[in-house]
Amino acid sequence: MPITRDEVAHLARLSRLALTEQELDHFAGQLDVIIAAVARVQEVAAEGIPPTTHALPVTNVFRDDVIDDCLGARAVLDQAPATEQDRFRVPRILDED
Amino acid sequence: MNEALAQLVPYDEAISRYDPLIGLETHVELGTVTKMFCGCPTVFGAEPNSAVCPVCLGLPGSLPVTNAAAIEYTIRIGLALNCSIASWCRFARKNYFYPDMPKNFQISQYDEPLCTDGWLDVTVGETVVRVGIERVHLEEDTGKSLHVGGATGRIHGADYSLVDYNRAGIPLVEVVTKPVAGTGAMAPVVGRAYVAELRDLMRALGVSDVRMEEGSLRCDVNTSLAPRGSGTWGTRTETKNVNSLRSVERAIRFEIERQAAVLDSGGRVVQETRHFHEEAGTTTAGRSKEEAQDYRYFPEPDLVPVAPPRAWVEQIRAGLPELPAARRARLQAEWGLSDLDMTSLQNAGALDLVAETVAAGAQPEQARNWWLGELSRRANESGTELAALPVTPAQVARVSELVASGALNAKLARQVLDGVLAGEGSPDEIVAARGLAVVSDDAALLDAIDEAIAANPDVAEKVTSGKTAAAGVLVGAVMKATRGQADAARARELILQRLTPPA
Amino acid sequence: MSAGSGPTDLTRMTAAGLAAAIAAGETSAVEVTRAHLDRIDAVDQRVRAFLHVAPELALAAARDVDARRAAGEPLGALAGVPLALKDLFTTTDMPTTCGSRILHGWRPPYDATITGRLRRGGVVILGKANMDEFAMGSSTENSAFGPSRNPWDTSRVPGGSSGGSSAAVAAYEAPLAIGTDTGGSIRQPAAVCGIVGTKPTYGGSSRYGVVAFASSLDTPGPLARTVLDAALLHEVMSGHDPRDSTSIDAPVPPVVAAARQADVSGLRVGVVAELSGEGYQPGVLARFGEAVELLESLGAKVTEVSCPHFTYALPAYYLIAPSECSSNLARFDGMRYGLRVGDDGAHSAEEVMSLTRAAGFGAEVKRRIMLGTYALSSGYYDAYYGKAQQVRTLIVRDFDTAFEQVDVLVSPTTPTTAFAIGERADDPMAMYLADLCTIPSDLAGNAALSVPCGLAPEDGLPVGLQIMAPVLADDRLYRVGAAVEGALDARRGHPLLDDAKGLAHE
Repeated sequence: MPITRDEVAHLARLSRLALTEQELDHFAGQLDVIIAAVARVQEVAAEGIPPTTHALPVTNVFRDDVIDDCLGARAVLDQAPATEQDRFRVPRILDED
Repeated sequence: MNEALAQLVPYDEAISRYDPLIGLETHVELGTVTKMFCGCPTVFGAEPNSAVCPVCLGLPGSLPVTNAAAIEYTIRIGLALNCSIASWCRFARKNYFYPDMPKNFQISQYDEPLCTDGWLDVTVGETVVRVGIERVHLEEDTGKSLHVGGATGRIHGADYSLVDYNRAGIPLVEVVTKPVAGTGAMAPVVGRAYVAELRDLMRALGVSDVRMEEGSLRCDVNTSLAPRGSGTWGTRTETKNVNSLRSVERAIRFEIERQAAVLDSGGRVVQETRHFHEEAGTTTAGRSKEEAQDYRYFPEPDLVPVAPPRAWVEQIRAGLPELPAARRARLQAEWGLSDLDMTSLQNAGALDLVAETVAAGAQPEQARNWWLGELSRRANESGTELAALPVTPAQVARVSELVASGALNAKLARQVLDGVLAGEGSPDEIVAARGLAVVSDDAALLDAIDEAIAANPDVAEKVTSGKTAAAGVLVGAVMKATRGQADAARARELILQRLTPPA
Repeated sequence: MSAGSGPTDLTRMTAAGLAAAIAAGETSAVEVTRAHLDRIDAVDQRVRAFLHVAPELALAAARDVDARRAAGEPLGALAGVPLALKDLFTTTDMPTTCGSRILHGWRPPYDATITGRLRRGGVVILGKANMDEFAMGSSTENSAFGPSRNPWDTSRVPGGSSGGSSAAVAAYEAPLAIGTDTGGSIRQPAAVCGIVGTKPTYGGSSRYGVVAFASSLDTPGPLARTVLDAALLHEVMSGHDPRDSTSIDAPVPPVVAAARQADVSGLRVGVVAELSGEGYQPGVLARFGEAVELLESLGAKVTEVSCPHFTYALPAYYLIAPSECSSNLARFDGMRYGLRVGDDGAHSAEEVMSLTRAAGFGAEVKRRIMLGTYALSSGYYDAYYGKAQQVRTLIVRDFDTAFEQVDVLVSPTTPTTAFAIGERADDPMAMYLADLCTIPSDLAGNAALSVPCGLAPEDGLPVGLQIMAPVLADDRLYRVGAAVEGALDARRGHPLLDDAKGLAHE
């Protein structure tokens, strides 16, 4: 099932990528080819096959509830594009959650 | 987005024609020492961005490591809510972009929660409602934003925002109820009672300080209506920003009234997230979204599955403290109270205070009388909560003990409590300082009695002629003369002896 | 090699040789570091292996090693040996760009665990190596700062994504380098540059401080000119890390001992049937075939083994990796660090995020983010990501079955020799084919290594032999690799790199 330009535009929005019109055209064509190629996984019969997420079946890796060093506000805010009142200053947020 | 004042159908009318279905999602901030996936401290009120590290800030290259205490606390909660504890489960990523989420995904649990399928009994008046628990799962909290430039400090109209990530990564337990049906008119009260009960449970388990005003207990309320007796379920709305028990009740009530009006007019209830407004007691719609959020959940690849050994779960179960419901039942039996009496105690917020007073040595009946009587009156007068009064259960127990031994009478006891509330010291110190002990010394009494008889000859006559009831007047005069400190019973005995000599 | 020879001599030594010379006092860490810094000055304008060179820091680290040696303190196995670190690993004293514009100006406030291990071991980090942006690519052409060049022929790619690391070693700018392997990004560049590269068992070395591309696949590993050197680095960098929940809590396999042992007599070797045929350069197949015969002559028992699901490894990988990366790269939004575009008061946070990411990410990264978003979307998850993870299980089972019959599996590392810069840059699918042979081991998480096995007759460019071993059997890789290397060097009379024309030979 080919992917449409509109779907690609939708994916770009979901991924927070402000693509130009030319980019959308270009990527739509490429993604179409790639998706057709990766869809080959559907040829494999995999009824009842569990998914793999890790090479080794490890469980229960925990840490103790003990305090570790923090970075300190200075170290963290020095890298920020914009700060105010020791906080990260970000542009106005539209969506309320 | 502001909407015009919503149309409402008066509550009683709404409830007569529609059946409400409610659900509650409660987030509890765990009181672990450190955050969910890193060793930063979980402090409240620290300097902004001072309790952060590469992990909770989501810096490139950082990796999460699960806090064992958070798992244990969650299992404790699940067991107390009669849930099954998963033998194997995973964390999952919930993907969406928002500036208070450093990674733009939240590590949470999706289709494999740690605890499932439990229940919590909630008592409202005479009725016990069994609220089903769908799931209890673990996730990490987000940072906190301040919105600058708008009128109300909220997002709408703000120019920019300031983000503090101290809270990011604090362990959050989410408790989701199954839909609660059949509550009818009681729906708002049941919702409120459920949150109150859950809060008490968390406190008893020692897993959180559950302060709604500080945000360590947060509540979202789901409400839907269906035509009475239809047997179907309506479209539900989710109401957020419900920050107190009272708000839980009001939010449900408002939604019932609002949705009834929508349905009455032939409209459809929109499935949406709404925001509760404390001052007005109303809800308004959040920004409408074209489609439901797709969080693209997938299992968290940076963490390995959690498979609590059964022995560990049983150890946690064995270590559970007495739960609030069981404790209440035990106290009710020990104190010999009716259901109604018990409910009054709870509603007055006096249950724990009475229990502590009894533990300090007072009789249950006296403890109840003091807290529900005199002290409640004082609390109402000064506009404070009972628990905020400057008197301790131990002090109340001491006063009660003094009355029981006869060292104080009721009136003197009230004066002693006045002194405690005024900050003059302990009951014993006040008795001594103010000289409030009951006078039982016969000699002292006889002086006062003789004075009273001399001042009231006609009353004395009546007593002498056999109308012993009149002695009460003389007792009153003696009490007045002794500023209430006379042992009234003894005074009466002596008066009668004086005026009605044995034949 | 004696001390006091010109700088060129020190740069031709192995890491093992340099470590021994420094420990014995025949040369100093400072001299060794200076020699390599001079070499970088001489050739890196053409090789472009480094994004950042740190001469002062490197010399300071070298001086520290020399001081410790003078004070009689015990030195780490690779103390004083210079190294190029892929720019994906965080370093507090050097920039970390991940080959991207979006991390412009970022100075990490913490070191990667591996960075810390290198420093404590006295390894001298010369600088940060170029790479495909966020480890996505097979040529370094996706680097925001331009591609690195293959020292054998500077019109060709050095492979990727750890292309800078590989080029640095092949050009004698450093005897050691560290890269990461997610779909083949250590082994493939090693193969096309004629050096050794290992992808350890997944979890064998810590990912803490390694900027994540695909979390369940990313594996840091060593690159070097000899199998022993790679083993020495493998040992220094590996081991359990409590800060990485996926790291293996078990001792590092005895890779150095295995490299020294180098004996394959009686070893059962399986040739993977599916990793051959159409799309494979004839010269690559020829050299591979000869390597297999060589193994037989050394006493190994060779059979053909079928791993039927390997043909689905590429599509499965190009679903799993983009899915995980679409989530891992969401954090790059201009809010907390790095590039921020469009914050002029007129744009919302959402818009600034979108403008920043559009400006900061290259085309391949954008493609993979969108692909991953697609594969994880509700309605598509089961058919794409979910299915791919099931295929992954089938590949694991193929390996398990194969390893019941043989001790190691072999194949060519990559179907062709180094291709020309620009040749595949506009054809993503063609570029992806470079990973055909390496991807199965990334999906299964087992250990794999590439060792040079000759030059392709058509173009005189290096060919790599890939050796694959079971999970936690990393030592077998070095045993076989060292045996092949030793035999080929003996037959040739000199190391393969001596045959390099062009830059490496200068």
